[in-house]
Amino acid sequence: MQLPNLTIREASDLLATKKISSVELTHATLQRAHEIDPKIKSYVTITDDLAIEQAKKADERIAKGENVTPLTGIPFAAKDCISTRNIRTTCSSKILEDYVPQYNATVINKLADAGAVLMGKTNMDEFGMGSSCENSAFFNTHNPWDLERVPGGSSGGSAAAMSASLCSFSLGEDTGGSVRMPAGFCNVTGIKPTYGRVSRYGLISLVSSFDCIGPMSRDVYDCATVLETIAGHDPQDSTTFNSPVPRYTQHVTKSVKGMTIGIPKEYFVSGMEAGVESSIQEAIRTYEKLGMKIQEVSLPNTKYALPVYYLLLFAEASSNLARFDGTRFGLSVSENAKDVIDIYLQTRHKGFGDEVKRRIMLGAYALSAGYYDAYYLKAQKVRTLLRRDFETALASCDILLAPTCPTTAFKLGEKTSDPLEMYLSDIYVVATNPAGVPALALPAGFSNNMPVGMQLIGKHLDEQTLFQVGHAYQQETDWHKQLPNI
Amino acid sequence: MQLTYEPVIGLEIHAELRTNSKMFCSCSADYSNAPEPNTFICPVCTGLPGAMPVLNKKAIEQATLVGLALNCSINEFNTFARKNYFYPDLPKGYQISQYELPIASKGYLDILDDTENPLRVVVRRVHIEEDTAKLSHEKNYALVDFNRAGVPLLEIVSEPDMRSVEAALSYATKIRAILRYLGVNSGDMEKGILRFEANVSVRPSGSSELRTRTEIKNLNSFRALTRASAYEIERQIKVYEKGGEVMQETLGWDEARGVTISQRGKEDSHDYRYFPEPDLPPLQLERAWIDSIKSGLPELPDAKTRRFMEQYELKRQEAMLLTSEKSLADYFEDVVSKSKSPAKTIHSWIAGEFMRYMNDSGLALEDIVLPAEKFAQLIDMVTDKTISGNSGKIVLNEMLNAKRGGDPQEIVKAKNLAQVSDTGFIQEAIENILSDNPKEVEQYLAGKETIVQWLMGQVARATKGKADPNVAKELLAKALEERRN
Repeated sequence: MQLPNLTIREASDLLATKKISSVELTHATLQRAHEIDPKIKSYVTITDDLAIEQAKKADERIAKGENVTPLTGIPFAAKDCISTRNIRTTCSSKILEDYVPQYNATVINKLADAGAVLMGKTNMDEFGMGSSCENSAFFNTHNPWDLERVPGGSSGGSAAAMSASLCSFSLGEDTGGSVRMPAGFCNVTGIKPTYGRVSRYGLISLVSSFDCIGPMSRDVYDCATVLETIAGHDPQDSTTFNSPVPRYTQHVTKSVKGMTIGIPKEYFVSGMEAGVESSIQEAIRTYEKLGMKIQEVSLPNTKYALPVYYLLLFAEASSNLARFDGTRFGLSVSENAKDVIDIYLQTRHKGFGDEVKRRIMLGAYALSAGYYDAYYLKAQKVRTLLRRDFETALASCDILLAPTCPTTAFKLGEKTSDPLEMYLSDIYVVATNPAGVPALALPAGFSNNMPVGMQLIGKHLDEQTLFQVGHAYQQETDWHKQLPNI
Repeated sequence: MQLTYEPVIGLEIHAELRTNSKMFCSCSADYSNAPEPNTFICPVCTGLPGAMPVLNKKAIEQATLVGLALNCSINEFNTFARKNYFYPDLPKGYQISQYELPIASKGYLDILDDTENPLRVVVRRVHIEEDTAKLSHEKNYALVDFNRAGVPLLEIVSEPDMRSVEAALSYATKIRAILRYLGVNSGDMEKGILRFEANVSVRPSGSSELRTRTEIKNLNSFRALTRASAYEIERQIKVYEKGGEVMQETLGWDEARGVTISQRGKEDSHDYRYFPEPDLPPLQLERAWIDSIKSGLPELPDAKTRRFMEQYELKRQEAMLLTSEKSLADYFEDVVSKSKSPAKTIHSWIAGEFMRYMNDSGLALEDIVLPAEKFAQLIDMVTDKTISGNSGKIVLNEMLNAKRGGDPQEIVKAKNLAQVSDTGFIQEAIENILSDNPKEVEQYLAGKETIVQWLMGQVARATKGKADPNVAKELLAKALEERRN
């Protein structure tokens, strides 16, 4: 039995029946991480001692039968933009290379309360700006299915760690596909919940109005297990919903017969890799066999999704990143500084990578007096249209189905010289974030031996249906059970 | 012909709100009582990555109260905005403020201008924001104290409706009084809890154009406000008289040298890149909630002045003096309610000897311990002639100096100040005075009747103020007449 390959549910059963201990599971996973990760480089920080300490506590909880949850004793990894007390949290940026938060993000506290075991922090595109993890200031992360290829981004480390069984689940963060796109590239399941479903408190913001923390896991059931633990209202995050969190796992097995899937026609246009398209068509047929109705729907403003998404991202990010000024935490460069402006300039010059600087400049420009109406305000108006597109399309069906990316994972270095080309890889995943709706990514086959990702997009706060439909698919297929040979 | 100029002044008033906690976190807002720098801080108010703001309901309530007191319409749909700029006292690199939809707008405040004529100043907007940290500049570095960062701050912006420094002062004074009446701000300018910015321009008298204005920042006292505005008006007039143009700029005020100093010109002005704060959803205020706040509005200075004029038959200036501070007005009414003397008499005592003591001692009303009941007893003793007015003043000062009040009857007894109308005792004193001052008696008999006042003074002195003045006056007149022939 390969412990790190277990699903949460399998591991949890073994822990509950005391066939294994959390220390054994955690130790095995840590060991695998130290063995395999030098090739993949998914982790920025591995917290061995702390993980073992937490695992011991989890074992005590299980022994006493106190507060045992499905996540008690389960090792996980968190994207390095999620604040962890006393554990450095870098956003894969030089400017935060040595930053150690004083407090935990709400999701980290919730997982700690549930008894989950934090193993470490995963690599990402710097501040979440990128689609391949190549914008990490530290190192590239490799796709476990082909080390020459990217894991996707920006939660590439979390996806790769999950894919290579270097954790039992991971937390990613999705601003415009950052969970789903790498999940698709690495053959794992991941969800971008409804905006406001999971607390952002302690998540280092990229785009405050898009950012969603979401779990990545081996299968839909596990994903539902983690989401029902971390979701819910947080008094420290005013943008979270006050509505109760359903017990998603209790309903995943419900039949999907008679439900309707909408296929957005704008997503099935030229430019899609043949193997991706055939995998998605195959998935649609699987659902037909399950008794679901398929209908074509339209998201007419899709062509504006990418510019709207990026414009709003630049604007908000330029402001969110203003606090990294070298005066209170993180990198501070003040060599021969004449004044405080010099400190800002030197710190930010050395601390931020090119993509981050590019986006800050574009965002500051878009918000400037005289340009605000033409850019930011216009983008916000189109954002409303995007939201309506989804409302209209989802009024006639239960979920939408689309690929997560037009291609499978591309090669390292293939798109780094052309930012626009890189932005285009997010074409199917960005629209959901301005719209706020939830979307579940899951493995849907292979094209040229690389995983193909599929996403299901749901109504506001209807993660339930996504899990139900996703789970039904995973009962019929075993793509999600395929593991990279590493 | 010499051109005369008219100043045009608008004020921005920054008032910290008196809430227990800060605007967006649960840290104490009472930073002036912090034990040490950077003790009332948390991830939110120091702008640590990932921290998020949560609105302080009490601050919203107090801001609404101020808006209502300034006759504003309260906006039910409120949004917050980020004002982006870099400065070490601004931890997030942006200040959370309100931009397009402030909590209150389009109000007014009635004041008296420099000629004591009524003037209505339009209050353009009242919005909520957060205060910055405090910087202290050392020789080669600066220190930042975040205890103040995130304290709720109200910005009250007037239209440029004031045409004199006196009017601007009158407006500022009244805003301060209202804030104190509402209990939302202590009005302490020295500590920066209340501070002003003046927008000043001048134009030829009679013109209605709005000329280029300058903005004088961080005025921390009424004195600074008036001196800086007056200086700036003169400076601008001189510029125009030399045929020059006033430049739009932001100025600082050098209190020591008494001059305004340019801080930055128009071309360096910040582009704050305002946009809606995505971490705070819009705030929807219910009509019923606003109404409930409105019903909790206390009686404000103007209404109180009118009532005092009617109810206590005071002149406007008399009533205004008493209502300038709510605590003073309350004290006055407390004394009135416990005294048998007319309200006008009570006013004279408070406006006279009592306030003189306050001015001389530099004590605030809150620091003075004189139970209204005791003060009322003292005033009544003068009214019913138990003691003379002069003795009353002596007793009052005794009571005030005693710190714990003191009993007027005991002080009168101890100092032997009780007034006598025993004619024999007074008669004897008069006889002595008249025989000691034959020259003055002669003057009186020669027709100089004003000498009576001087002689009365001698009587008061000889009787140590205990002689009932009416009785003494009568007896003196009689004794003088007896000396004719």
